[in-house]
Amino acid sequence: MITPPVVDLTLILPEMIVLGVALLVLMADLWLAPERRGYLVAASLAGVLAAAWVAAGAADGVSFAGMYVRDALTRVGQVVALAATGLGVLVAPEYLRRYNLDRGEYYVLVLTAGAGAMLMAASRDLLMLFLALETLSIPLYVLAAWARGNARSQEAGMKYFLLGAFASAFFLYGIALLYGETGTTRLPDLTSALAQQPAGISAAAGVGLLTIGLGFKAALVPFHAWAPDVYEGAPLPAVAFMSVIAKIGAFVALLRVFPLALGALADQWTLVLGVLAALTMIVGNLAALAQSSYKRMLAYSSIAHAGYLLVGVATATPPAASAVMTYLAIYAAMGTGAFAVAVALERSGGEADRIEDYAGLAGRAPLLAAAGALFLISLAGLPPTGGFVAKLGIFAAAVETGSVGGLALALIGVLTSVISVYYYMRVAYVMYAGEPDQSGGVRLHASPLLNLALLITAAAVVYAGVLPGAVTSFTQQVGALLSRL
Amino acid sequence: MLPVAAYLALSAVLFTMGVVGVLVRRNALIVFISIELMLNSVNLAFIAFARQHLGIDGQVIVFFVLVVAAVEVVVGLALIVEIFRSRSTVDIDDVDLLRG
Repeated sequence: MITPPVVDLTLILPEMIVLGVALLVLMADLWLAPERRGYLVAASLAGVLAAAWVAAGAADGVSFAGMYVRDALTRVGQVVALAATGLGVLVAPEYLRRYNLDRGEYYVLVLTAGAGAMLMAASRDLLMLFLALETLSIPLYVLAAWARGNARSQEAGMKYFLLGAFASAFFLYGIALLYGETGTTRLPDLTSALAQQPAGISAAAGVGLLTIGLGFKAALVPFHAWAPDVYEGAPLPAVAFMSVIAKIGAFVALLRVFPLALGALADQWTLVLGVLAALTMIVGNLAALAQSSYKRMLAYSSIAHAGYLLVGVATATPPAASAVMTYLAIYAAMGTGAFAVAVALERSGGEADRIEDYAGLAGRAPLLAAAGALFLISLAGLPPTGGFVAKLGIFAAAVETGSVGGLALALIGVLTSVISVYYYMRVAYVMYAGEPDQSGGVRLHASPLLNLALLITAAAVVYAGVLPGAVTSFTQQVGALLSRL
Repeated sequence: MLPVAAYLALSAVLFTMGVVGVLVRRNALIVFISIELMLNSVNLAFIAFARQHLGIDGQVIVFFVLVVAAVEVVVGLALIVEIFRSRSTVDIDDVDLLRG
């Protein structure tokens, strides 16, 4: 006798809204006149806002044969993912028109990747996590290659795709080993099965392979080699979106797998994650020092930020889990914002990618330069910006554990942050003190939507820095979820 | 009848061949085929484990993996064809505009 699994469609309403709007945009693009593509942007934004409103207020529950869960981590993760998706839509339209890349499918891919990150936050089963990971990744491969005729964009797409599929295969083999060891792929069943028997070598190998798969998505050292090349070659709005959404998906999944599901085995994986975090912070920040390309510098900076986030996962206490979500929310604003500044500029015939392209920006566009400096200060983690609050939360949680490892990670985090001030401030210095390019080679492109994105991200960075309680009061429910275990 | 361990060993060998293929071969298509070999070796492992646990979950997972692999083929081949059209090569050593 087979009983059909319980299916509660109201539980996945936010995902259905996002994917429904994606299908609508895909269909509407077929007969909409090109000059009316603004409707597609409006529809995407409306869908994202509606989904965020539903996701923020939806009741908890478990459904789909226990594969899908809506709890505090789902709620916070999905709201942050939707915020990043909305910003990803806002930064794109003007750039796409400028380079004649404006096709409705762009927004479809952004929304689908956003839905993938939302599903990762809600995964209660490793198979579901794999499917959500692919739903997030595959649209990003296409977005990286979005400038079809551009050889660099093609190359970025192919590198991202080949290495991403390679990492997915490792992730899948990890699931297979854990399934072989325990006979289940449900995370709670895995927890109880691994608690009963001493974890064998194949279970340990399985967890290690899962870490490789997620570490690739999050661009952790030593699985980061793709990131600088992909960020450099892919179109700027796509990079602005993918750098943030891939991190949100990967770190929400890392929280689900490590502190939440494998919390009982913490003594076996904290050391591994701690070493990865230390390596990621050191390599990311040191490599960023040497870059002359703005996109490549931000690529290494995003690797470094993955290291700070991983400190929170490795610490694995309730305050650390809340701090990871706070960090992701603030990173969504400052990361997208830093790339959005570059979207607004153009060097003759291409993206304003060299740091010297920003010389004297303050004289030509004071507000844009102020926003750019704000994002760079926040990425460096200086007060009174959101970046400071984000890093403070992570490092404080690591120190609170009182362990040598926690202290060492916090120390490495603070020291590497000091290094990072140099390369972020170098760009801000060039913006304010550099000699502007007199030949007029660098042009400004203002558009209402891009300005709105810059305004929202700048306001969010300042607001989170001045009144951090507004963000932390929302994210601390994740820590409460962890402390109930 | 062969024991389950034999299938698992074959799966591990195929997976390793796939990894070596990705790391050693320079043609993007062969690299891609090696990744597909890895995915299918995992499928074999899932079926062997399902047999070992006398459960059906592992067999169901294989169908999901097949679908994901098909989606990856669609995207991957499109990317590789686009690169071949513009450069007449898919050797990943020749596709090297991006470096630091």
